[in-house]
Amino acid sequence: MSALSHAPSTDSPARPTPTTAGTPGRLARLRGTNPLGAFGGLLWLVVVLVPVYWVVVTSLRTREGFFDANPLALPTSPTLENYRLVLDSGFTHYLLNSTLVTVGATLLTLVVSFLAAYAVVRGTSRALRWAFSVFLLGLAIPLQATIIPVYYLIAKAQMYDTLPAIVLPSAAFAIPLTVIILVNFLRDIPDELYESMRADGAGHWRMLWSLAVPLSRPALITVTIYDALNVWNGFLFPLILTQSPDKRVLPLFVWSFQGEFTINIPAILAAVVLSTLPILAVYILGRRQLIGGLTAGFGK
Amino acid sequence: MALPALLLFALFALVPMAIVVYLSFTRWDGLGSPAWAGTDNWREALTSDVTRHALWLTAKMMVFSWVVQTPISLLLGVFVSGKQRYRALLAVFYFVPLLISTAAIAVIFKNLLDPNFGLGAALDLPILGQDWLGDPQLAFYAVVFVIAWQFVPFHTLLYQAGARQIPASLYEAASIDGAGRLKQFWHITLPQLRYTIVTSSTLMVVGSLTYFDLVFVLTGGGPGYATRILPLDMYITGFQSNEMGLASAISVVLVLAGLLLSLALLRFSGFNRMRSQQAGM
Repeated sequence: MSALSHAPSTDSPARPTPTTAGTPGRLARLRGTNPLGAFGGLLWLVVVLVPVYWVVVTSLRTREGFFDANPLALPTSPTLENYRLVLDSGFTHYLLNSTLVTVGATLLTLVVSFLAAYAVVRGTSRALRWAFSVFLLGLAIPLQATIIPVYYLIAKAQMYDTLPAIVLPSAAFAIPLTVIILVNFLRDIPDELYESMRADGAGHWRMLWSLAVPLSRPALITVTIYDALNVWNGFLFPLILTQSPDKRVLPLFVWSFQGEFTINIPAILAAVVLSTLPILAVYILGRRQLIGGLTAGFGK
Repeated sequence: MALPALLLFALFALVPMAIVVYLSFTRWDGLGSPAWAGTDNWREALTSDVTRHALWLTAKMMVFSWVVQTPISLLLGVFVSGKQRYRALLAVFYFVPLLISTAAIAVIFKNLLDPNFGLGAALDLPILGQDWLGDPQLAFYAVVFVIAWQFVPFHTLLYQAGARQIPASLYEAASIDGAGRLKQFWHITLPQLRYTIVTSSTLMVVGSLTYFDLVFVLTGGGPGYATRILPLDMYITGFQSNEMGLASAISVVLVLAGLLLSLALLRFSGFNRMRSQQAGM
């Protein structure tokens, strides 16, 4: 998530990044207001926000208050007791595991994918074109379909129930899309820039580090965000490849917490809120990069 | 330089595909050693009502997800690409479901749709107060709805970005010719968004083979077999009934479905043209 730390903490409206730069002003003038669209837009807003509002409000209720109250009313005697219960259930430990797994898998994906994308774009050998086709095809492999052999391999490698057991396959499955987005972006860097660097005596590694990396910053931000979100919210690999509570990550914690506190719904929802807060904080800090990056990466 | 990425990807995605084919011809409980079983698993997988039903449900889920999500996200995306005032505000809130983990979303809706303590019952709205997740007829549609809740925001973003790139001059020319908003949408917006529609649909269709965690937490495949889609059938067969061989056969079906769908989509969508335009997937 390191790229996000460069994000300015302003809260101004999402502006299109240079790569998506359309014609915001002109379109706005042409289309004018659209009552039907506004109605539909607001309707979906209600569909999105009512559950979110309900979760937050309910998480502040007492257990007794939950059964008496109108579900959408504000709690009469709001309490943070549920949050204390969640924090006492080892929340910070799961948070740490999730962070380690996310940072590890994202960094690994970025480094190997960038090298691969650079090689595919700058290289000329047939093998590289073949490698790119492998990644394209890789997009079609549903992660679920390989879970049994991945479990088999991880068990054979004596890595079962460790954090690297989650990091390695998570990174591997993020590689195809990451490489493809980076390749699409790197292709736009003109050859002349490389040539002039070469004339100055720069080798491949220098060109990669001081030309390709800085120029692909928007694409790097996109894939960092997308990969990190996926790993952070990943469920299946942690479910299958870890077992002991001290190796578990946040989505599994939310799931098992729900199983444990079946009838204490306010506490369950407090766990949901707490598990979402870290990513929400990152979102608020880097909203412009986040939305701009995602739309730039996929919207072409 | 491409080697580290290739090796990592091969080790956890390509090699496993070979292993899963091998395992589909063995009997294995997940702990001991796999024992050769010939075509037993395949015969069972292909004749089992449960697996056939799961395959059918997966196809149905794919179609329903596409039909529900595409119009909503297309219209929303085009709408929020318009006026700055709406876009700034709505884009913030639409984004929220993308941040919540699938497990958490499932937990939320499991409680929200509860017939006794959920939203519908408590608000005394008979339409909402049904036993959404307990009724075999309704559970499937409840899952389709929750999936839409989770993924419409993402596809809205795609369409928003696509709509912003349509040259304003096209609309200018159309309005000079006297075309109304509906006509402009039909003759300019939709055709201009065709690559976005392809990208979004591809992600939706291939993605629908991977709906696992949501259904696993939300319904566990039930009630009965009402929401037991293929990935879930594979998981339950392998990791709960300890029949890894049979589950591997189901996995191979899943891989084949994914590859076939992707190839079909590439063929029909003119992906090569997209690539020459540097269109990202």
